[in-house]
Amino acid sequence: MNDDGRPLFQQIAELVENSIIDGSLPEDGQVPSTNELAAFHRINPATAAKGLGQLVAEGILYKKRGIGMFVTEGARDALRFRRREHFVRQYIEPLIAEADKLGMSITELKSMLDNREESR
Amino acid sequence: MTVTAIDAEPIVSVRGLSKRFGDVTALDDVSLTIEPDKIYGLLGRNGAGKTTLMQILTGQDTQTSGDVTVLGGTPFENARVLRNICFIKESQTYVDDLRVKHVLAAAGHLMPGWDREFADRLLDDFQLPLCRKVKKLSRGMKSTLGVIIGLAARAPLTLFDEPYLGLDAVARHLFYDRLLADYAEHPRTIVLSTHLIDEVSNLLEHVIVVDGGRIIVDDDADALRRRAVVATGPAETVDAFAAGARVLHRESLGSQARTTVERTATEPERALLRAAGVELEPVSLQDLVIATTTGAREITA
Repeated sequence: MNDDGRPLFQQIAELVENSIIDGSLPEDGQVPSTNELAAFHRINPATAAKGLGQLVAEGILYKKRGIGMFVTEGARDALRFRRREHFVRQYIEPLIAEADKLGMSITELKSMLDNREESR
Repeated sequence: MTVTAIDAEPIVSVRGLSKRFGDVTALDDVSLTIEPDKIYGLLGRNGAGKTTLMQILTGQDTQTSGDVTVLGGTPFENARVLRNICFIKESQTYVDDLRVKHVLAAAGHLMPGWDREFADRLLDDFQLPLCRKVKKLSRGMKSTLGVIIGLAARAPLTLFDEPYLGLDAVARHLFYDRLLADYAEHPRTIVLSTHLIDEVSNLLEHVIVVDGGRIIVDDDADALRRRAVVATGPAETVDAFAAGARVLHRESLGSQARTTVERTATEPERALLRAAGVELEPVSLQDLVIATTTGAREITA
């Protein structure tokens, strides 16, 4: 696991979210069990359970008693929407801060992005 | 998420425990609780008091003062309690003339939860020769024997005190994998005492750090990960961020400073700091232990 200082259970939740967003975990598909996640990532099973528990609490996953956990319908769109909000904080704000440090204006940034668009 | 009973009886309950050897105080007014079915890390420097604590918990020594309750009873000379404890010591000694299979048979006889089949699988995994005499085993093989007994005993309270002297990285990871897999199937209370903190930090649910005979950290592993950060950047901004919190370490070069500080940063704070050129890095469990135990404090003070 990456040690970026966030609680491990959140990192587990995010890994599962990523698989839902990229489609490798389809809606109504079964999610790996707590023990499978713990063994694969070499982490405490309670930590893995907490990660999945968070996604259940948020309605991203649902439980089927005695069978396991599954992806809720509409989870993918909900996650994409949430990640977009996060995108601004995680990428746009530091981008502007770094540009500021280098004496670049937002207009310059825009034209760089436009150039990118054209060369694509 | 599974919800554990709020009033679950603790496995271990220690109140005001002290142990003195002559004029040396090995444990000084220690109080702690160990809850059922969790993996604990018992960490600290050599001579901090970890082994003394484990010896008292497992009835191999008596305290000078204080109350110790393990599995509902006093451990010392209490067969009912001791049957349910498995303590694998650093440099565990066995009767030299016995063969591996004899030691395992004895363990199977003594431990009520012994799983013979699991022991056989572990022997195979670790490739320990069944018929070899214990005195002919290498240091690593002896450690392996201890690890196999500790796992296959499935004791309600299992303590590993630095169990891997002589074990290479491959064997240690095999141990972690088997421990996690078996713990998931058969939850029980495990206390892992080790200096290889980085290797085990993700396995632990709770961490206890002993220093100079006292407990200086007793917290969830998750909480510890967020307990401190390293902030690097313009000294003024870094110091403003650290103001009012406990600083574990600080160094500076010109206008730049690097500070390890016991506080967290909210997401907006992080964004502001980033914009001001301050980098925030997490502090690993190992670094946190180093920063909080005696030696390091004296060096950096």
